[in-house]
Amino acid sequence: MSTPSSLSRTDAAATTTNPKFNRRVIGNLLLGLVLIAVPFWLPLVGGYTDLASRVLIYALAAMGLNLLLGFTGGLSFGHAAYFGLGAYGVGLMLKYETHNIFIALLAGTVLGGAAAALLGPIAARRRGIYFSMITIAIGQMFYFIAVRWNSFTGGYDGLTGFSRHPVHLPGLTLPMGSLDFYYMVLICFGLGAWGLWTILNSPLGHTFVAIRENHKRLTFLGIRTQRYIAISFAISGTIAALAGGLDAMYGNFTSPNVLEYTLSGNFLIIAVLGGMRNFWGPLVGAVIFILVRDYVSSITHNWMTVIGLIFVVSVLFFPLGILGSIKDWRALISPRIREQDAP
Amino acid sequence: MVLLLFNAFNGLIQGAFYALMALGLALILGLNATINFAHGAFMALAAYFAFTIFPYTGFWGALIIAPLLAAGVGFVVETTMVRRLYTRKDPIYTLLLTFGLALILQDMIRTIWGAQGQPLAIPAMLNHPLSNTYFFVTGYRLFVVGVALVSTGALFAVLRFSRIGIRIRAGNSDLETIAALGVNIYLLRTINFMIGILFAGVAGILAAGQLGLNPNMGDSLIMPAFVAIVVGGVGSLLGSLLGGLIIGLASGIVTTFAPAASEVVIYVIMGVMLVVRPRGLLGQEGLFE
Repeated sequence: MSTPSSLSRTDAAATTTNPKFNRRVIGNLLLGLVLIAVPFWLPLVGGYTDLASRVLIYALAAMGLNLLLGFTGGLSFGHAAYFGLGAYGVGLMLKYETHNIFIALLAGTVLGGAAAALLGPIAARRRGIYFSMITIAIGQMFYFIAVRWNSFTGGYDGLTGFSRHPVHLPGLTLPMGSLDFYYMVLICFGLGAWGLWTILNSPLGHTFVAIRENHKRLTFLGIRTQRYIAISFAISGTIAALAGGLDAMYGNFTSPNVLEYTLSGNFLIIAVLGGMRNFWGPLVGAVIFILVRDYVSSITHNWMTVIGLIFVVSVLFFPLGILGSIKDWRALISPRIREQDAP
Repeated sequence: MVLLLFNAFNGLIQGAFYALMALGLALILGLNATINFAHGAFMALAAYFAFTIFPYTGFWGALIIAPLLAAGVGFVVETTMVRRLYTRKDPIYTLLLTFGLALILQDMIRTIWGAQGQPLAIPAMLNHPLSNTYFFVTGYRLFVVGVALVSTGALFAVLRFSRIGIRIRAGNSDLETIAALGVNIYLLRTINFMIGILFAGVAGILAAGQLGLNPNMGDSLIMPAFVAIVVGGVGSLLGSLLGGLIIGLASGIVTTFAPAASEVVIYVIMGVMLVVRPRGLLGQEGLFE
């Protein structure tokens, strides 16, 4: 009597896990197709390819941040530092050392990632509000270095005099216009997203989520949580640096603004707006944030108020973010979805 | 030697501003559990209020009334928005809320009073050097130090001796218990928030007297104020005060030898402090963690 029912229950569990997994894979593939096709459909709805590049760059940075914020539970308010280091790394490499954009991008990513790996352990010594304040202050340090080291970084005026050079492959030359650059950004975005996805589905990623859920308990279990938070910090900073490198190539320009805490705040709101507990939340947040900013700044001088209102409204009324709220509404209809936790 | 003294004195003045900002921030961080990113914007707001009422009240009146007006705005912000977030454990929400408010307030200031800098006239009696050799010791700068001392002293007296101050301190150590004992903690937190803004306001008007007004004037003070809190130790008001003075002095002294490093040095001090003594000078272990 009891055996069949328990058997059927495990059956049901097995069938619900697999389609769930499949649905996710299919969803990701669909998202990939939509992103690949952007240059074809975006102009039809009044957009332009560079705008999509910018969205993906911000989304990548916010997804990197979200590994630490949403999945490890570390509120960093200083990720612009690693984003900016990536940008300056790329800019300086292209200006002084190489014309190969891939080497420059790698160098920028390594620079930002190394800084995050070195500074993460210092910040990880504290938790909660304290952790945030330390990350803010560390971030500002790089801002002042960039402003003050005039001869090397160009100071307040920013770093100019570099550009993304054409890529020579055997048999063809890519001029790296808007279209080529978009696909380059997309490839980097895809690599970053794939890396994060893999990490989050690995034991390492499960440890991160466990730290977020119950830090004390993991400490009692003998996990060196500080070390794991530092690892999460380093990975997340590296991804942000990759995005920053792309940002420098986007406009062939970088300035201390990319190191300032305002940008860190923007990354945070992008993650929170989209849903920081959801893997693709930052992408959704970036789409909305960049489109609104682009549109509003073209129609009014008071665009900062609108951005500020986005912060206020999303914090007060959509604490779960857009994807989180959608999941919540769906969970009201079907309780099974409540069990799912991203990714 | 005079140059060193000059820079050290400048650093001390700067440190007084940092300390005033840090005190307000630390108060709000304590009882309201909020990193108030809008602190710099409130500071600028108070300075602009002072600028507007200056023709009617004069400098002295403005020094008293403008911070109160800013605290009034703080009252509205706390009761309508910040208060709703106290039940959410994650500090990110108040952080992002105040960050957004800072953007809005700055933009409003820019729209109402214009983006250009404006001077704030200070009383003539304060505006001349007291000695010829030490030309930098003007009456106004001593006045800044004096006001900082008096307001800090007043704050500590209130916290030590008044009923409300004792409740604020009790709330810092155990909010649930004092709520159970019948203290209206919502009111208490509102008052605490407003006191924090008052300090930002006083700092704003003093800074405007020295450097003039501009909508972004808070930006250059809020980060050092955070550093002051970390150096002094989260949870200790005296620590924040000391932290502010220390980093101000250090930054002033470093200016003599390496002007370009004057801003970076405060972050270096913070880094060293975090490695050597993570809880800060006078901080309590394990607070806000």
